Amino acid sequence: MEQEDFVVQMKGISKVYPNGIAANQHVDFFVRKGEIHALMGENGAGKSTLMKILFGLEEPTDGEIIVNGEQVHLTSPSVAISKGIGMVHQHFMLVPSLTVAENIVLGMAPKKSGIIVDYKKAVEITEENAKRFNLLVDPNAKVMDIPVGMKQKVEILKALVRGARILILDEPTAVLTTQETGELFKELVSLKEQGFTIVFISHKLNEIKQITDRLTIMRNGKSMGVYETAGISEAEISRLMVGRDVVLSVQKEKSKPEGSVLKVRDLEYTNKWNKKVLDGVSFSVRRGEILGIAGVEGNGQRELVEMLFSLNVPDAGTATVNGENILQTEQRAIREKGVSLVPEDRMVYGIAGPATIEENVISDRYSKKQFNKGALFNVKGIHSESDHLIADYRILCKSRKQQVKMLSGGNIQKVVVARELSSKPKLIIADQPTRGIDVGATEFIRAKIVELSRAGAAVLLVSADLNEVIELSDSLIVMYGGKIVAYFDDTSQLDDMVMGEYMLGLKHQTDEEIRRVCYE
Amino acid sequence: MFEQFLSTILKAEFLFSVIRITAPILFAALGAVVAEKAGVVNIGLEGIMMISALFGVLFSYWTQSWLIGVLGALVIGVLLSLMMGFFAFKLKTDIILAGIAVNMLGAGGTIFLLYMFTGMRGNTGALVTPNTLIPVVNIPLIKDIPILGEVLSGHSVLTYVAFLFVWLLWAVLYKTSIGLDIRAVGENPDAAGSVGISVERIKYIAIAISGALAGLGGAFMSMYYSQGWNSGMVAGRGFIALAAQAMGRGEPLGTMLSSLLFGLAQALRTKVSGLQGVSSYLVSVIPYVVTVIGLVIYAASTMQKVKKHHTKAQKGA
Ligand SMILES: Nc1ncnc2c1ncn2[C@@H]1O[C@H](COP(=O)(O)OP(=O)(O)OP(=O)(O)O)[C@@H](O)[C@H]1O
Ligand SMILES: [Mg+2]
Repeated sequence: MEQEDFVVQMKGISKVYPNGIAANQHVDFFVRKGEIHALMGENGAGKSTLMKILFGLEEPTDGEIIVNGEQVHLTSPSVAISKGIGMVHQHFMLVPSLTVAENIVLGMAPKKSGIIVDYKKAVEITEENAKRFNLLVDPNAKVMDIPVGMKQKVEILKALVRGARILILDEPTAVLTTQETGELFKELVSLKEQGFTIVFISHKLNEIKQITDRLTIMRNGKSMGVYETAGISEAEISRLMVGRDVVLSVQKEKSKPEGSVLKVRDLEYTNKWNKKVLDGVSFSVRRGEILGIAGVEGNGQRELVEMLFSLNVPDAGTATVNGENILQTEQRAIREKGVSLVPEDRMVYGIAGPATIEENVISDRYSKKQFNKGALFNVKGIHSESDHLIADYRILCKSRKQQVKMLSGGNIQKVVVARELSSKPKLIIADQPTRGIDVGATEFIRAKIVELSRAGAAVLLVSADLNEVIELSDSLIVMYGGKIVAYFDDTSQLDDMVMGEYMLGLKHQTDEEIRRVCYE
Repeated sequence: MFEQFLSTILKAEFLFSVIRITAPILFAALGAVVAEKAGVVNIGLEGIMMISALFGVLFSYWTQSWLIGVLGALVIGVLLSLMMGFFAFKLKTDIILAGIAVNMLGAGGTIFLLYMFTGMRGNTGALVTPNTLIPVVNIPLIKDIPILGEVLSGHSVLTYVAFLFVWLLWAVLYKTSIGLDIRAVGENPDAAGSVGISVERIKYIAIAISGALAGLGGAFMSMYYSQGWNSGMVAGRGFIALAAQAMGRGEPLGTMLSSLLFGLAQALRTKVSGLQGVSSYLVSVIPYVVTVIGLVIYAASTMQKVKKHHTKAQKGA
């Protein structure tokens, strides 16, 4: 392979963060012009760090970077942008109160008479590029009002408008639905055909197999080599990432459900855009069973979870846990009834970023007797509890005193999961519990959920990952348009095609069939 | 007594005094607005006003020009706020601590500075001459309209500037690219940084503007309102300004309205305390009670907003 073929050459990159973590150790990373190149590895392997270095957000401790044959010093994002590099970050980098157009031109806003922002022009630029790259967005909508899929497009457009020819996408599909992912892939392939180079980070092996040409695997901050995607199997990839064989399918014995823990009856909710997002939702979750909710995102699942954790107020209906009402109460009271929640949006509801891992994991239990000594905390008890959880859930960190926001995305998720699954819950509401988590950790979390359910917990699982709901759940409901449209009491025989028809609203079970999920 | 009270406050003269009293609060409150928009809490407004007020008098005395006095106060305001910025952004101290330091400097340091420069203690009464004071303007046409003319005309140049700045600041924040950058930095510094905006630079600019505005507020106090500098002069206006900013939801127009409310409360105090049979102690509490009530209303409405935002965030993010 001749040198000129590479648009990006990162040679011997090392990065030691100020807190002493060596996130990258002598990593070589070469990207060919016009390819889609996957960067893979476990949570905390150093993928985001390597890409932040390439985008000028972090300075490498050692190593050299050559872009388009020229040695560069990427000291800030503006330098990287000027070299034609653009990045879509793992967590959105958008300003919610600004419009889509304003976000897209941020930092390079078109001006008239020197200082006045030419907003019309900004809208024009947005529309023009949206059309050119076939990434349709609404230029005048405020970013806080648009759906996740569109946010993703705004991010990509932001990079392209700045003249990026090399696009880094850090886990772009983690928050997307299957449909949105499909759309994104079409766009990426078309960009590739236009000569753009794309670096793609994802934990989803099937996605990697589907669209990438080559892949680089990282483990523990080191590169494990480069492979042609066509020449390597999913199992091999997992083994290289994790260093052992990964069981990709869930192993669980048959459930023996007894008595309903959560009872939801006739829940109704109309949102502020006058859309009926919950329409007479009734179901029960029993002890010892995992009830999955399948459905295309945006069909009421999110609102349902919000109601069950009193983050929102329904218009009508009831929800009880072991007979006690949980609607419109304090979260603490809900937790005291033995409910725990792995929220969909970990950054907003799951963690307090500037607080330490320890503070985050004990935040739901610090008032318990075992963590207090009179008026003071039992510091030893708290330390041992957090060390325990860090070890149990394999949270990759320097110490329990590390700020959570300094962790890698997947490890942040593990902090949330560790807290929520370790509180001896009677009911677990798990909304996308394995989002952004590597295969090894996914296996672990799924096994943990199964274990807890077999020990008697009731689990309500919401996941946009169809495979996950089918594999993990004992029984399953499908939501469409704010309604439950199907109930399956046995998931072992389900196939994707049939599910798809229910999820898209093409089929509908009878009311009697659906009513069975109330077990009355 | 109540009639007596009504007849006092319904006079043009009273409304005139409301505007006069509002101006310095408004300057500082607008300063709080810019800083806050960039995500910087400028708690040092009070101190900046004190120090700039002193230097306004000194500069105008040395040069015998009110204009240089005012500009000097502005420059001092900028320098002080840049110093705060340096401590906070470069040396990474807490911005609140930097602000408290400036406030302490304002409270204690000014007396020392005054003594050092002039040998006077506590106030500058003797330095003030008519050409060192900010002149008043009578607006042609408007001044001849009955009542309205009496209310709106005859204020100091700086009073008009204060109200003009409400509009100007709005335009800067919402129409210019620097305003866009300021809002982006305040809301999501990482996002701003990732598109190549220098977050630190924007924060410096915002806090400098904030200091300039507070400096003008200070000049207004010593070179017009009190006609001279004395140590108890600013009397918490820098803090009231922060409350006005919060109550005005951080927007220029809202902040003007809440500043007017505080101005009204202060003016009432002066009027009511002149009445017979009213406890002057009780009356002197009015502005603070208004502040507290205002903040309670503000807090209640923010709670509402936060709740809404949460559901929104869940829907969107
Ligand atoms: N700003 C930071 N300061 C200190 N340590 C950090 C910082 N960012 C990341 N780290 C650490 O560096 C290591 C690598 O993190 P990185 O974010 O690169 O992982 P990743 O491969 O992207 O993982 P994930 O798949 O979970 O996103 C982790 O141990 C993390 O805790
Ligand atoms: Mg990452």
